[in-house]
Amino acid sequence: MSKIKNLSLMLGNEALARGLVESGCAMATAYPGTPSSEILPAVGFWKTAENLDGLHVQWAVNEKVAFEIAYTGSIAGLRSAVAMKQVGLNVAADPFMSAAYLGVKGGFLVISADDPGPHSSQTEQDSRLFAMAAKIPVLDPDSPKQARQMAETGFTLSEAFEIPVMIRPTTRVCHARQDIETRTIPKSQSRASFEKNPGRWAATPKFRYQLHNELEEKLKEIAAYPPTAPVCLTPDVLSDKALVVSGVAAAHARDIVRELASKEKVTLYQVVQPFPLHNDFIESILADHSEILVLEETAGVIEMQLGRRDRVRGKNSGHVPKTGELLPETIEQVITDFLSLETVCRQLEPKPGKRPTLCAGCPHRASFFAIKRAAPKGIYTSDIGCYTLGMNLGGVDTVLCMGAAVSQAAGFSHAYDDANRPPIVATIGDSTFFHGGIPALIDAVVHKARMLLVILDNRTTAMTGNQPTPATGKDVLGGDVAAVDLEKLVLGCGVDYLKTADPMDGKTFLPLLKEAVAHARLNGPAVVISRSPCLLSLSKKEMENNYRSIEIADTCDGCGYCTSHFECPALVMDLEAGRVSVDKILCTGCGACIQVCPKKSIILEADARSVSIDGEVEKI
Amino acid sequence: MNRQIVISGVGGQGVLFITRLLAQAFMDGGSPVLTSETHGMAQRGGIVISHLKGGDFQSPLIRPGHADLLIALKTETLDQHCGFLKQNGEAVVNAANGAVAGRGLEGITIKTVDADRLAETDNSPGSVNLYMLGAALSLGSICSVDSVKEQVRLRLAKKEEIVVQSALSALDRGFSAVNES
Repeated sequence: MSKIKNLSLMLGNEALARGLVESGCAMATAYPGTPSSEILPAVGFWKTAENLDGLHVQWAVNEKVAFEIAYTGSIAGLRSAVAMKQVGLNVAADPFMSAAYLGVKGGFLVISADDPGPHSSQTEQDSRLFAMAAKIPVLDPDSPKQARQMAETGFTLSEAFEIPVMIRPTTRVCHARQDIETRTIPKSQSRASFEKNPGRWAATPKFRYQLHNELEEKLKEIAAYPPTAPVCLTPDVLSDKALVVSGVAAAHARDIVRELASKEKVTLYQVVQPFPLHNDFIESILADHSEILVLEETAGVIEMQLGRRDRVRGKNSGHVPKTGELLPETIEQVITDFLSLETVCRQLEPKPGKRPTLCAGCPHRASFFAIKRAAPKGIYTSDIGCYTLGMNLGGVDTVLCMGAAVSQAAGFSHAYDDANRPPIVATIGDSTFFHGGIPALIDAVVHKARMLLVILDNRTTAMTGNQPTPATGKDVLGGDVAAVDLEKLVLGCGVDYLKTADPMDGKTFLPLLKEAVAHARLNGPAVVISRSPCLLSLSKKEMENNYRSIEIADTCDGCGYCTSHFECPALVMDLEAGRVSVDKILCTGCGACIQVCPKKSIILEADARSVSIDGEVEKI
Repeated sequence: MNRQIVISGVGGQGVLFITRLLAQAFMDGGSPVLTSETHGMAQRGGIVISHLKGGDFQSPLIRPGHADLLIALKTETLDQHCGFLKQNGEAVVNAANGAVAGRGLEGITIKTVDADRLAETDNSPGSVNLYMLGAALSLGSICSVDSVKEQVRLRLAKKEEIVVQSALSALDRGFSAVNES
């Protein structure tokens, strides 16, 4: 709470969520994914805090389902929003493309958060290109403040033209924090009221052609819609050259242009709606300026619509890097080059850093260690989540997209003939399995893929911040909802070999895995559910109860087997001493490393004490 | 007053927590704030960096050569991030006394505090971030210790009093444990 009334420090995602509830959003859905994950919980927070009983907030099993639920809220007349990360939009692409034709009733916002860099994603794809492909307008916020404002702008635009509207924040907006002045949240009066019109909501191809024509008409009008028109930020400056900026690149550029103002003044335009670009703007900027530089992330969407390659510089012309994040130092360089000024800006030299790793005590580490021993020389397909980091342990050979661990394992099975097929083990998290693994498992059963699927069931969506899964039995607000039984689900896919075990219990887990690998090689898909909770979801008390103090015995000869094959951050190779030590700050006392050391030098402190007492006894 | 601070460490050390404490303290002092945080995969033990800007800024990111202060919660992040510091900038580094002598860039001042050892002595491994924040506050160029303590009390309002007291004492311990590099 701040001393200044109505001013709160908000994450960009929270500010956007605040904008949704302040604008009377009545339905919000999402599937978690960095950098979008905090939007939905923030909507949920205000639902509780402000007693917004009519507001439906939910995580969905994947982005496609989330999209379809929120979209349907909209055609029932409610203001609705769906949030996802950019690759989530790939999953929701099917309803997304079609919803553009059918249009909406209540305002409908598709929030697709991009991740230039990428910091925590498989691709740097630009969701604005997706908006172009679907032929819907897209808004590009430059800050948490503008993201908050765009929710209202977006809903109004959506309702004015009965069209879905995309809001496309990027990581630096989603995960920026800013002081935000909040407004009161209206008590929503909206009630669902679906007006039947099968000609529209169930349109056949003939009518879709008609809808496509209507969509083009809408776009033409939206390209002249005043509230989302580009803004000139420097009305007093008349320069031959002009800068066109959008998204967080606009925020960087504004600071830099202000700093450079003493040397050279330049006209600065900010585009808030990169597609469709306003026609009047295109005409006037090309008439008023001879050279134009466009700064936008990640593709040259505005640049493309301006045309005139001879006078417009940007990504497509090769003047702005096409890949990676547009950092302010890069923008400073590009702008000073454009204005023919001398550059003093410094670039940070990339230095080798610490790579991310599975947490100390993470049950996934124990699973991977056992998988490598149960299926040495196997092919290990994996998936999207914390366990992608199993790569550090040599337990991950492929990662493509959500759910692909299962279909890629099947693909390898079918690619090899029986005589030459190596053991194939797929790993997938519980949340990712629900999201995209189920159809692939059904296919593996039907075509008898010789593969073992290990479902790493830590009862949570860990990577993105421990959101519930369909098996958790909790909703976004922590309330009780129905839970899906993972075992029954797997059996329901037609799998006839299923075992569940705790990976932290190496003595039983390894033999069970070996048996499953052998079964899969002969008979087709086997599934092992490797069940142990994520440590980040445990309470301090539960952590303390599980803690067992680990010691390194004097017999450690520093062979490095544990540090390279088990790679727990709490096991540290002390090069000077020539042996391993335990980092007591990081160690969670899970004890999984005890089974790892080939020389049995990793021991429980309790055992160490009894050894030394025994030693004393012998001496006496 | 415009202030630009880089805070870095590894995932799990609580970089985000102290960034938020400072941002809130700036805000209560009447300054506009912008921060940029690391979320997602890097939080799993990888390098985590926060940018904190108080004052008249639009961009949430600090350019190399522009930061007033670097708070390095790990010794190795000094090498990674000292390039953000401006001429005459200051770095406060979690390191044993003398461990980083001669490191960093010319023209910057480096101070150390052995926060890992403090944490071990106090049996408070989760407080490394607060020792470091306390140490940084002792430079006197960021904001008052009291304004940060007030934020600690607010942020931990729902926790037991012993947790609050241990956090406040970590700030004090760090404040008085700074060494010249």
